[in-house]
Amino acid sequence: MVAASPEVTYNSKIEGDITVTRVDAAINWLRTNSMWPMPMGLACCAIELMATASSRFDIARFGAEVMRFSPRQSDCMIVAGTVTYKMAPVVRRIYDQMAAPKWVIAMGACASSGGMYRSYATLQGVDRIIPVDVYVSGCPPRPEALLDALMKLQAKVRQEPALKKQFSAA
Amino acid sequence: MTTDVALPTAVSLQFPSAAPRPSLDCPAFNVPADGALALLHYLRDTQGYDFLMDVTAIDWSAEVSPRFTVVWHLYSSTKHTYVRVAAECASDAEPAMPTATGLWAGADWHEREAYDMFGIKFTGHPDLRRILMWDAYPYFPLRKEFPLAGLPTEMSDADINAEIGVGVISAPMVGGPFVATPGEPMSAAEPRAKDEAWSEKREKPE
Repeated sequence: MVAASPEVTYNSKIEGDITVTRVDAAINWLRTNSMWPMPMGLACCAIELMATASSRFDIARFGAEVMRFSPRQSDCMIVAGTVTYKMAPVVRRIYDQMAAPKWVIAMGACASSGGMYRSYATLQGVDRIIPVDVYVSGCPPRPEALLDALMKLQAKVRQEPALKKQFSAA
Repeated sequence: MTTDVALPTAVSLQFPSAAPRPSLDCPAFNVPADGALALLHYLRDTQGYDFLMDVTAIDWSAEVSPRFTVVWHLYSSTKHTYVRVAAECASDAEPAMPTATGLWAGADWHEREAYDMFGIKFTGHPDLRRILMWDAYPYFPLRKEFPLAGLPTEMSDADINAEIGVGVISAPMVGGPFVATPGEPMSAAEPRAKDEAWSEKREKPE
């Protein structure tokens, strides 16, 4: 009988003890800590979004520093700025192209409600065209507010059944 | 800001049809629509007004005729002075004006914007499409009869429109007006000074 090679067997001295958990908790732990944003920067809020990503505020502390400009690779759309009616179909199409599970943060007054633009040209809140998970107030919100929104979204993701959003469109 | 004091006399000698236009700052002229390009050409080549600052339009409202006025703002990079030229569109229903794109390439987008907002057709323009609103948008938003809140219509993308089931809606004006009114001191003119104690449930007090 050939002895098992010590390199390929489980060695508790190196790997530590086995941890038992639930699938929901494990999957949600992965999702919350690598939530890649789709930076939908449409107006001045995008400047604060950039500041949030930079070294002073450092969104990488929360695992969301990988801004993906391809909707196929992103998990969380951050709608940062005024959504005009001309841009609204584009926002919706990009949202549709994101792979499930996907979440949306409406950053700032304009994305949340149209803000000060009560006019013919502005969509009165991005929640008219896509489902929003977290709204951030402010004009524009400070980077701390966006980080708080991200943490709130992470808390929400931790609570939900991991496979619920896997196949649904919304 | 200096003004070109010699210009009004020079223009009135050359163009008898150009009338002085009341102006608080720079020299300004009213010209007939068919003479506008000749005056702009003269100002550019003879008077040194080489830079087209702006092309815009005025809608004097449907009750007034002639209804639409096109305004050109010119700047001289040698004299450092401005001049304004205004011409009224002959037709109120189908307003039109000759294009200035032959004189300044920069007139292209300005005229597209004036067409987009007011519906003024610039004859001879190489590419007269909407520039701010999408191509199929049915209204001209800066015309006087168009409400600030907008009018319901379809969004530009038919697929998306069918998918989300809502198009362009009128913006809610509860809590408004959201624009300052002219002629009042700033403290009374700003929107925040207006009565905002009404909502969908509580009628606006008269």
